[in-house]
Amino acid sequence: MNLPVLILLPLLTAVVILLMRNATQVKWAALAGAAAQFVLAFALLFAFRSERAAGNEAQMLFELQYNWFPAWHISFHLGVDGISVAMILLTSFVVIAGVLVSWNVEKMTKEFYFLLILLSLGAYGFFMSLDLFILFFFLEIAVIPKYLLIGIWGSGKKEYAANKLALMLMGGSALVLVGLLGTYFGSPTKTFDLMTLSQLNIPASVQHICFPLLFVGFGVFTALFPFHTWVPDGHSSAPTAGSMFLAGISMKLGGYGCLRVATYIMPDGAKEYANIIIVLSAIAILYGAFATMMQKDLKYINAYSSVSHCGFVLLGIGMLTKTAMTGAVMQMVSHGLMTALFFAVIGMIYERTHTRQVNEMGGLLKVMPFITTVLFIVGLCSLGLPGLSGFVAEMTIFMGSWQNTDAFHRIATIAACMSIVVTAVYILRAVGQTAMGPLKAGYENLTDATWNEKAAAIILIAGIVAIGIAPFWLNDLVSPATEIIMKKLAAVTAGM
Amino acid sequence: MNDFLQMPLLQILPAGKGSALALLLIPLLPFAGFLLLGIFGRKHIKSASGIIATTLLLVSAALSLYTAYGYFFDYGKVNGVYQKFIAVQYTWLQFSPGLSIDLGILLDPISVMMLVVVTFISLMVHIYSLGYMKGEERFATYYAFLGLFTFSMLGLIMASNLFQMYIFWELVGVSSFLLIGYYYNKPSAVAACKKAFIVTRFADLGFLIGILILSFHAETLDFNTLIERLTIDGNHELHTAYSSMFLGASALTWGAILIFIGGAGKSAMFPLHIWLPDAMEGPTPVSALIHAATMVVAGVYLVARMFPVFSMSAGAMHLVTLVGIFSALFAAIIACTQTDIKRVLAYSTMSQIGFMMFALGVSGSNLVEGSLDYTNLGAGYTASMFHLFTHAIFKALLFLGAGSVIHFIHSNDMKDMGGLRKYLPITHIAFLVACLAISGVPPFAGFFSKEEILLAAWQHNKMVYYVALFTSGLTAFYMFRLYFNIFWNKGAIVHGEHHGEGGFVMMLPLVLLAVGAATAGFIPFGNFITADGKPLEIEFHWQFSIAPVAVGLTGIFTAMWLYKSENNKPAAIASSWGGLYKAAYHKFYIDEVYLFITKKVLFNLVGRPAAWFDKNVVNGLVNMTGNTTLTISDKIKGFQSGKVQQYAIYFLAGVIGLAVLFIYIWK
Repeated sequence: MNLPVLILLPLLTAVVILLMRNATQVKWAALAGAAAQFVLAFALLFAFRSERAAGNEAQMLFELQYNWFPAWHISFHLGVDGISVAMILLTSFVVIAGVLVSWNVEKMTKEFYFLLILLSLGAYGFFMSLDLFILFFFLEIAVIPKYLLIGIWGSGKKEYAANKLALMLMGGSALVLVGLLGTYFGSPTKTFDLMTLSQLNIPASVQHICFPLLFVGFGVFTALFPFHTWVPDGHSSAPTAGSMFLAGISMKLGGYGCLRVATYIMPDGAKEYANIIIVLSAIAILYGAFATMMQKDLKYINAYSSVSHCGFVLLGIGMLTKTAMTGAVMQMVSHGLMTALFFAVIGMIYERTHTRQVNEMGGLLKVMPFITTVLFIVGLCSLGLPGLSGFVAEMTIFMGSWQNTDAFHRIATIAACMSIVVTAVYILRAVGQTAMGPLKAGYENLTDATWNEKAAAIILIAGIVAIGIAPFWLNDLVSPATEIIMKKLAAVTAGM
Repeated sequence: MNDFLQMPLLQILPAGKGSALALLLIPLLPFAGFLLLGIFGRKHIKSASGIIATTLLLVSAALSLYTAYGYFFDYGKVNGVYQKFIAVQYTWLQFSPGLSIDLGILLDPISVMMLVVVTFISLMVHIYSLGYMKGEERFATYYAFLGLFTFSMLGLIMASNLFQMYIFWELVGVSSFLLIGYYYNKPSAVAACKKAFIVTRFADLGFLIGILILSFHAETLDFNTLIERLTIDGNHELHTAYSSMFLGASALTWGAILIFIGGAGKSAMFPLHIWLPDAMEGPTPVSALIHAATMVVAGVYLVARMFPVFSMSAGAMHLVTLVGIFSALFAAIIACTQTDIKRVLAYSTMSQIGFMMFALGVSGSNLVEGSLDYTNLGAGYTASMFHLFTHAIFKALLFLGAGSVIHFIHSNDMKDMGGLRKYLPITHIAFLVACLAISGVPPFAGFFSKEEILLAAWQHNKMVYYVALFTSGLTAFYMFRLYFNIFWNKGAIVHGEHHGEGGFVMMLPLVLLAVGAATAGFIPFGNFITADGKPLEIEFHWQFSIAPVAVGLTGIFTAMWLYKSENNKPAAIASSWGGLYKAAYHKFYIDEVYLFITKKVLFNLVGRPAAWFDKNVVNGLVNMTGNTTLTISDKIKGFQSGKVQQYAIYFLAGVIGLAVLFIYIWK
């Protein structure tokens, strides 16, 4: 499997989109590109599995390295392990669904799709990069289109939201950049290469400063408390596909960065700050859930619930056990699919009812059975129903967290467990008010989902169910990779 | 300690006996029905959906009977002891070495018995609904949900792994939610289904943490291994579970109690019972299946499944007994005052489950003061399972009978009923049989099972026995209050033409269940279902039966005296009891307490401040930072002169500064 293909394909698609003459051509070109990405992501999964089955035990597969800027020890270094493959798969699901639900975008269609595809390029590059400089480069590619997507195609307080999002994410990136430079200068061998850095013992004093910089910087992306306030405003103002990409992909860039960069190369730092991470993520989980309970706008509900669910990702990382960390990756994939679907279905409802306020809706099950069924499924996934992906991820995190035997970790785990009740409250409230009850006047003639909306929903549901019913494939994919990270952490303990 | 409670475990079915495929088909056929009807039911096969689902379930039920026959009479017993078999097992999710969720099928006496109960009652409900739900707009959806429920319930009872049980536990919860909310445009149904889900979810939190605790100490999630490790004296797992203390109780006790909380939520035990009466908003056949015969007894089943672990902890067993007996009495008192016939039945269900629960609680070995009393061991266990079995039959019958009454009169309130024996002769007889069975009149089914429970209580704790005896009197009273109010008392107001008693499909289940309710008591349960797999001799003293039967008959005759014909005695008594009557009528205001806690405390004191804090404080800080930046940049925009040389100097200064900083720190 040739990894650069995954970067070149979106690039090619983006160029083709720019060459198209009208909106219809643009849409089909984007869909073809997204479908090709989807196929490629699966090809990568199968190639990865067959390599592993053939006994290839290398940490990173399909590695590829060009010296790019030797003076600064920057190389174009790509490679994937199980975590990367899982994230790439997730990205391809969200991209194709996002392209499908945006079928009705009429304003500047070409630019809209161009930005979407560009964003996917950044995400793929980010998940494959093994060089911190390249990684940062792709991170920025994935962030900047967000500003335009919200600022141009958004709704509501879009300028405020776009500014806030861009500034906060840029702030996060700035912290990451400083952290990267610090790592570069502070490590015994001057290098940006992730694999080399992971073999070095970066001095504890460097880790002491750079770990929080990197973790918080990436953490901003994944709604680390208290840097989560861009999430509600950003999501609620973004166009549907924008929200899907934001929650489904961008927030995962952060979680991936926290794990792959911060935790992996700085085990001392991870150990030092683990308890703070746990406290912050436990707060995010419960506080996000309680704040969700009070929201009345569907997008705000999903945004705050994302804060709560992403808290699980950071909690899983902070628990520093292999099981919890595997759970964190599963939660990233699960939450990415689920929240993309949630935003997609909110968009579908909004296009028909022109409101997102739950108390202005009611009984929609009668007029749009397909859309409300999807809403039920995604709601049940969010509250952790077995058979859907959320359950698997959360349970893995709980089981992993419980392996820590001290009271502090136990209390944090129980606090996180408590969210399953609060989640049930707000999900049932939202779904109940929207889909059930008497049909509100004026909604009698609403129509159900169109082909493209159905296709988007079915693709994402397929992903959610595939993890929910058969979690072992994802577990087998991810846990060898988390094991390597854990081994490094354990080695530090032994050395101390 | 009491490792004699262990049943030997065989990993596979004996060669040529039973079939793993047949076992797998039992839950998978209803699931196939769910998928088929859920996806295609709306448009393509709507009218045929009832027949399709019923046929699938008929096959399932036949396979269950085949399995039960094979297990109980053919291969189940080895050297006089019933064995545990793991027929199928597949690792679903490996958490860490040793800890994994395995999906499997465990065959032992209680799971095989439950297989029969669930598929049989579900089949009855499927058939009955062909008539009851005819003409419903979401007919196919209804059957799809019934299929989902049956699948989940079967998965729950056959679970070979604690976590597998939790998975299906959640799935039955959501099926129950979907079916209670079946009439989705009725606000009361929507409120009821949310309440049911959230209350049981709250209890499931206990279950989940209980799983975490027990699996941590046992280092396994597999039922058999877990029970083995936590019950055999000298095992280091048991030792650590006993010796790690938290707030004065051992980890084992905590684990058992938390798991019991999960069971109490599902089984509507006080104080987690509040969802069950409201759950009656669902279609009546659903109430019969889920909220009477099968799902609500899942809590009892869970305790029975984990029984050896529970019996290691005196504290947990006391709690089970206490909650069980209190719920039994509490619900029976409320049932005497309700006028909605389905709610009377709901409280009656809660009360009967209380009986099953305390029967388990009194059957531990190490609870008798002073010394271990082996003679009484496991009698309550058998009695509890026996009562679960007979209750499933007669309570399903009561609900289906009530459904037939509601179908006829279009009301749930007994004030609208009376004298219906003329119009509904079959329902009348069937209902009467069920009432006699639940009241413990010999030789109907409930007599035998209740008798065993009372006997176990008598041998264990006299106080529990007397309360239970009083409660069975109340049971007889409120059941016959219901019976006389529906079928006797005043004449019914039947408007013009009526459509009679429902067709063959509705009467067939009533008749079959009535036969069951009349005869199931003669099954020698102790021969088949015991805590240790060995046959249990239950000595039957007719002298012992005198008191319960006398109390039951007193209840029946009191009800007859008060309600057989229209009079003002009931109203006079109600007013003379004053406060107690009013409190019971208002279900002792438990709902109001909950409402206060959730609305006033959780929403106003936690949710609202959290949302406010987020909007004003956290977000305010962000905005402030933004504004400050703007102000500062306004002040320093002079730096932005447009002169490239100047920029270069700033840039250089910045880089040098950073470099100096880093070099200084890490030199």
